[in-house]
Amino acid sequence: MESVLRTAHQMIVETDGMTDTLELPRVSGQSRGEVIREICHHLAPFQSGERPITGDTVIAKDLTIDSLAIMDMVMELEDHFDISIPMNVVAEIHTVDQLADTIQKLCARR
Amino acid sequence: MGLFDRHAGLLEAYRDVRTTGYDPFQIQMERVLSPTEAIINGRKTLLVGTNNYFGLTFDQSCMDAAIEAIRSEGTGTTGSRIANGSYTEHVLLEQEVAEFYGKKHCMVFTTGYQVNLGVISTLAGEGDHLLIDADSHASIYDACKMTQAEVVRFKHNEPASLEARLRRLGDRPGNRVVVLEGIYSMLGDSAPLREFIDVCKKYGAYVIVDEAHSLGALGETGRGLCESTGVIDDCHFIVGTFSKTLGAIGGYCVSDDPDFDILRVTVRSYMFTASLPPSIVASVRQALKVVKARPELRTQLWANVATLYEGLAAKGFKLGPEHGPVVGVHLPDPMVAIGFWRAMLDAGIYVNVAVPPATPNGVSLLRCSVCAVHTKEQLEHMIEVMAGIGRQLGVLGDRTLRVVGGAR
Repeated sequence: MESVLRTAHQMIVETDGMTDTLELPRVSGQSRGEVIREICHHLAPFQSGERPITGDTVIAKDLTIDSLAIMDMVMELEDHFDISIPMNVVAEIHTVDQLADTIQKLCARR
Repeated sequence: MGLFDRHAGLLEAYRDVRTTGYDPFQIQMERVLSPTEAIINGRKTLLVGTNNYFGLTFDQSCMDAAIEAIRSEGTGTTGSRIANGSYTEHVLLEQEVAEFYGKKHCMVFTTGYQVNLGVISTLAGEGDHLLIDADSHASIYDACKMTQAEVVRFKHNEPASLEARLRRLGDRPGNRVVVLEGIYSMLGDSAPLREFIDVCKKYGAYVIVDEAHSLGALGETGRGLCESTGVIDDCHFIVGTFSKTLGAIGGYCVSDDPDFDILRVTVRSYMFTASLPPSIVASVRQALKVVKARPELRTQLWANVATLYEGLAAKGFKLGPEHGPVVGVHLPDPMVAIGFWRAMLDAGIYVNVAVPPATPNGVSLLRCSVCAVHTKEQLEHMIEVMAGIGRQLGVLGDRTLRVVGGAR
């Protein structure tokens, strides 16, 4: 059981380290770290090779994820943060950072 | 950069598919013999993937009506309704479809795809909110690309997921338009329409229901899921196609909205394409009469669905969630699905193969569509053939039971 879960956990820990050093502002109760952690949690199954998922990761290009799976992931994030991200907004999002920006912005408006 | 470079990934996948032998996306029917048989690769083949739910493509009365229309009115209209005018038969067809649904208005289109593309993108405009099921047909997704409205997806067949998204809109201005389908085309499952309608009423949302795969199949008189769930009056717009149960081509949109006719000068997929030719209009009008006059076709369709669904389930196949005129058979991955599909064609049975990204949740499927005029023998033969291939490919048997066990 441990070994099955290992990759996802490891990645989240790595990502935590990265985001914690960045000192990002808290918006409406959703810290940048929390948002990035949640995004990475949903992207973990699509990680390609050993390359860690970071803010610069281009979701459609650097990961093995198709457009439909991206939309499904967005739907999960919508429910987690209780926001809606319209499809035309999703179409403009390329990187993990951009997705986090959008989520934080929508959470602040909530 | 070459024009096709952006499709490099798809090209590669397509090449892989073709190396397995026949190209599943370019099958040639050398001769169609009946609603259930055709000559493919020189061999008589059983058709179980044509959406021909009532088998009306060869109905004598429909064929006679089409031939007579060609003789009296010619082969085509050579233009759009707004430019060239309507033939009397276009108007009569619209009256008959409206009457069938008990709605005041109807518009017919040249294809079902164009109905969704034009009607949805026109009804939901700038400042509005369009909410669609995640498993929606491509025509609905394409409408979303054309609309100026904000589009949000909700989880497939989950009214609570729709409700969360309507709630989040709060008091933001703009109409809420929700699009649902009677029967979903890949797995053959129906929407919990009544529950969806309750949510839509609570939030004042307009409802569009697409009965493409459910016309004829569902409801006491074949009007679709809106009839079988008793919510016709709550569906603001019902759309559908003439290309499946009615055995021709074209589509319709019905509504009670008093300003409905404004769609005739706003929906571009209606305005800027040639109207249906007389032969099609005639065969569709006749097919609608057949649907009304012969409810036994619906009974026979569902009996055949039960034969195929229960037969495949008993062999151990993992199927879509419920009985439906579309029976989706889950397979472990795209290459197995394509190999299975090819083996079936070699054995003289044609079904559809559906692989990502055309399928929900990345599943790989053999998509079978049942016809009222399939014989029990044809379907039982198919079940045996599929079980044999399933065992050969290791999809069935002890090994597979672990993989797909508890599927239903």
